[in-house]
Amino acid sequence: MSRYKETPLIFELATSNEGSRYIRPLDVPKPDFSEWFGDAYREGKPNIPDVDEISVVRHFTNLSSKNYHVEVGTYPLGSCTMKYNPKVNEDMSALTGFAATHPMQPDETVQGNLELLYHLEKMLNDVTGMAAHTFQPAAGAHGELAGILLIKAYHEDRGDTKRDTIIVPDAAHGTNPATAAMAGYKVREVKSNEYGTVDLESLEAALGDDVAGLMLTNPNTLGLYDGNIEKITRMIHDCGGLCYYDGANMNAIMMHARPGDMGFDCVHWNVHKTLSTPHGGGGPGAGPVGCNELLEPYLPRPVVAKKDDMYYLDFDRPKSFGMIRSFVGTFGVLVRTYAYMLSNGAEGLYEVSEGAVANSTYLRERLKDYYHIPYDTPSMHEFVMTSEWQKKESGCNTLDIVKRLIDYGFHPPTVYFPLVVAEAIMIEPTETETWRDLDALADAFIKIAEEAKEDPELLKGAPRYTPIARPDETAAARDPILAG
Amino acid sequence: MIGYLPMSREERRRMLASVGVDLDKLFDMIPECDRCSVEEYEALADKGMKEMEVVEHVQALADKNLNTAKYDCYLGAGYYDHYQPAAVKHLINRSEFLTSYTPYQAEISQGTLQAYFEWQSYITRLTGMPIANAGLYDAASGAAEAVLLACRDKRRYKVFVSGGMHPETLETVQTYCHAADIEVVVGEIDENGQQTVYPDANREFACFMIQSPNYFGIVEDLDLLVEKAHAVGALAVVSADPVSLAMLKRPGDAGVDIAIGEAQSLGIPTSYGGPGIGYMAVTNKLMRKMPGRICGQTVDRDGKTCYVLTIQAREQHIRRERATSNICTSQALIATAATIWLALQGGSGLLDVAEQSAAKAIYLEKKLTANGHFKLVYDKPYFREFLIEAKEGVDLEKLNKALLEEGIIGGLIVDDNKLLIAVTEKKTKEQLDRFAEAMLRLCDA
Ligand SMILES: Cc1ncc(COP(=O)(O)O)c(C=O)c1O
Repeated sequence: MSRYKETPLIFELATSNEGSRYIRPLDVPKPDFSEWFGDAYREGKPNIPDVDEISVVRHFTNLSSKNYHVEVGTYPLGSCTMKYNPKVNEDMSALTGFAATHPMQPDETVQGNLELLYHLEKMLNDVTGMAAHTFQPAAGAHGELAGILLIKAYHEDRGDTKRDTIIVPDAAHGTNPATAAMAGYKVREVKSNEYGTVDLESLEAALGDDVAGLMLTNPNTLGLYDGNIEKITRMIHDCGGLCYYDGANMNAIMMHARPGDMGFDCVHWNVHKTLSTPHGGGGPGAGPVGCNELLEPYLPRPVVAKKDDMYYLDFDRPKSFGMIRSFVGTFGVLVRTYAYMLSNGAEGLYEVSEGAVANSTYLRERLKDYYHIPYDTPSMHEFVMTSEWQKKESGCNTLDIVKRLIDYGFHPPTVYFPLVVAEAIMIEPTETETWRDLDALADAFIKIAEEAKEDPELLKGAPRYTPIARPDETAAARDPILAG
Repeated sequence: MIGYLPMSREERRRMLASVGVDLDKLFDMIPECDRCSVEEYEALADKGMKEMEVVEHVQALADKNLNTAKYDCYLGAGYYDHYQPAAVKHLINRSEFLTSYTPYQAEISQGTLQAYFEWQSYITRLTGMPIANAGLYDAASGAAEAVLLACRDKRRYKVFVSGGMHPETLETVQTYCHAADIEVVVGEIDENGQQTVYPDANREFACFMIQSPNYFGIVEDLDLLVEKAHAVGALAVVSADPVSLAMLKRPGDAGVDIAIGEAQSLGIPTSYGGPGIGYMAVTNKLMRKMPGRICGQTVDRDGKTCYVLTIQAREQHIRRERATSNICTSQALIATAATIWLALQGGSGLLDVAEQSAAKAIYLEKKLTANGHFKLVYDKPYFREFLIEAKEGVDLEKLNKALLEEGIIGGLIVDDNKLLIAVTEKKTKEQLDRFAEAMLRLCDA
C-alpha cells in the first residue's frame, strides 16, 4: 500500500509544464521592477519548484494517509481532549460572510461578526462564572499569558510592586511555569499530597507578600478534583494574590461547577479542546480568557462592546495591558465555538461533561485490575495509570505499552506526563466515544497487559504496521536536518 | 436526544452500572458548595438547537456583514487578500490533517510531520535563512518572540524597534517587553517613510527590528539595518512579508539574524483577522534558542527516512520555567495550507502574484495622484500598498461612506487625512479604474 512508501519531498516533484496557473493574466502595464525597487530588487524566480496540480494533490493526500486522526478511531490523548467535532461547525466557519471579512473593516460593516463575538462572550461568562472575556489569545498558553498579565496589571495598578512570584503545583502543565517566567515572574512550586491534589501545608509554606498569584487547573492533570479548592483560592487571596484557572480541563465540569464559584479571578479556555475546533495537527485554536470585575479593566484591547443597537470594537481602554497579537482574535475558530454552544445549550454542555467523566470512569474501572493506578480516589474526565507492574514483571515500560497499542489501531494516550507520576499513562477518552469504542480500547489494553507477561517482545518490537517505527530522536537532535 | 453525543443518559447509566458505578454519584467529588447553582443564564439557552436551526441562525449573522467577495475592498495593513487555489481547502479539510493532534507519536503522524518539514523548507527558501521553525501564532506575537530571543542571546534587556512597524505589532512587542522588563526604544521613520536612523550606542541593544515592506508599504533597506545593528553588536531582526520576498532582497542574503512575518498572505482567507500564521527563521547560531516546534529529519529503526519533533529541550513540556517560550498549540493547519499554496503556485505562481500585486498598486496610485486630489506621502518604492494624503478639506470618513454606497470598501484612514491602500493580484483593471474614478469624483463632491 502506498502509505508504507517513503514520500519524496515536494521539491523533488518539479514539472516541465512551468508557469503561473491560477492568476488571471496581468491587465495593467508591467513596470520595470528593477528600476522601481532599485537595490532592494531580486532578479529571477524564487527558489521553489513549479509542481503540477495532480502531483501536489497526490503528494499531500499520500502524506495525509500517514496520519492517525479522530475520524478513524479513539484518540485518548490525556489533557488534549481529542473529541469528535460536528462537521457543521466547519461549514459555518467557512461561510463567505465570515471568511471574506477583513480585520480592518469599519465596525458598521461587520455587525454580524461583532454580534457573534458579543453573544459568545456572554455564553462563556455563563459557563465560567466570569464577568467578561477577551478573544485575543491564540491558544491555551497564550491565554495563560494574558491571564497572568491581567494579574500583573492589577498589582501594578495598585502600586504593589513587591510581588514577583507565581505559585504553580508540581502536577501543572509545562505551559504554566513557562508562562509565569515569560510574564517576568519567579516560579514557586508546591507539592501534591498523597491524594494527588495540592498539599495545603506545602501551599501554606509558599505563601507570602511576594506572591502575585496561583496557577491551577481543577480537575488537575491527574483528573482529580481538588475538594479544597475554595480554601486554596481563599489562602491566596488572603495573602494578597490572585488565582488563575488553567481551563484545559473544562471538559470535566461544564455546568457542574464554575471556576468563578471556586474563587478564581481569571480563566482561559482551550476552545480547540473543549468547545469544538479540530486540532489541525497543532492548531489553530483559540484561548479566550475570562475574568471577574476586578480584572476586567485590564483586559487586552480591543474588547467587543455594544452601544444602542450597534456592536463595536472598543480600543479606548485606558487600563488595558495592551495587545498580545494583532486584531481581535482567531475569529474563524470562534465561529465554530459559537455554533457548538448553540447546538448544545446549557443542557447539552452539562451532558458533554457528564459523558466525558462517565467514559473515563468506565475505562478506569475496566483497567484498574490490569494496570497500576497510583491514586484510587474517583477521577473525572481523565485518569492516570502506570506501567509499574509490567515494568517489574517483564521490563516493558510505558513507551512499549503504548507503541503496542498502535498495533491494535489506537492512538496512544499522553505518556510521561504529569511528571509527578513515574511512567505515567494519561487517558482521556472524551464524551464522543461509544460504549463499543471504550470496550475495544479496554480490551486492547488488557490484551497488552497479558502480552507483557507472556511475550514482552511483542511490545518491544511495536509498532509493526506503521509507515515507520521508533525513529532515532537522539540523532535528529544531535545533528539537526531542518529543511530540504 | 442531546446534541451530537453518541450515548443516551440511560445507556451511560447502564454502562457505569456494569462496572459498579452510579451515574448519580459521578460528580460527588465536587463539594456541594462548588456545585453550579445557576438557574438563569445571560446568553446560553437551556436547550440546544438542531443543526438546521444552527445553520439558519449563524448564516443570518454572516449575512449581516459586508464581505469582500461582494464588495471591492482596498484594506491591507497586515492582512492581504490573495487568491487561494481550490485544491488548498480540499486538502487541508481532509480529516487526516484536520483532526489529528500535534505530532507527538511520530509513527502515526508522518503526514503532519513531513508537512511541517516542508513548511520549514519553504520558509528557508523564501527568506534565505538556514533555519525555520514550524510556525508561531502571528506576526505580532512572532515579533515579540524574536525580541525575547535576541535578549536571551545577547543577555541585554533593551531593544530598538522601528516606528514603521505595524502599530499592533509594536503594541504587542511592548506588552511582552513590559512583562519581561525589557526596555523598548521606538525609532522614527524619516520623511521618506524609511527607518534610516538607528541608535549608535555600542553593546547596549539586544536587537534592532524593522518591518519590510513597512506598515506604509515602503520597502526598507535591509543592508543598512544589518550594517547598523552589527556595528554595535546587536542582532538584526526583520518582519518581512513572504509574498514580497518573491521579488525583494531576502533577509538571509542581507545578513539578517532573525526573520519573522505574517504568512496569512500566502492565500489564507482574511477571516476577520485570524487564523493566520507567523513564521520565524534564524541563523544556525540561534537554532537552539528558538521558540516553537521544530521538525527534523532522521531515520527509523529500519533506516527509513522519517520526521520527528526535535530539539525539544527548548520547550515548555521539558524545560518548564526555563523554556524558550510557553508556546504549545500553534497554527499547524494554517502552515500546512500555506505550504500547499506554495506547492501549487510554485516559484512562477508566487512571482506572478507578487508582480501583479506590485504592478496594480503602482497603476492605481498613479491614477489617484495624477491631478492633485491625492498625493503620495512617502516618495520611495512601495510594495502592494501605499499611503496617500487627500487634498485640503476632504473628509475621508465621508468619502469612505460614500464609497460603501457604491459597493467599495475604501482604504484605511490613518491620521485623519491619509489613506493606506492595498492592492493584490485579485483586482482587475476595470475595478481599479472604477475605484479611482469614484475616489476622484467623491473628492470633488
Ligand atoms: C493542562 C494544560 N494546560 C495548558 C495547555 C496549553 O494549551 P495550548 O496547547 O492550547 O497552548 C494544555 C495543552 O496542551 C494543557 O493540557
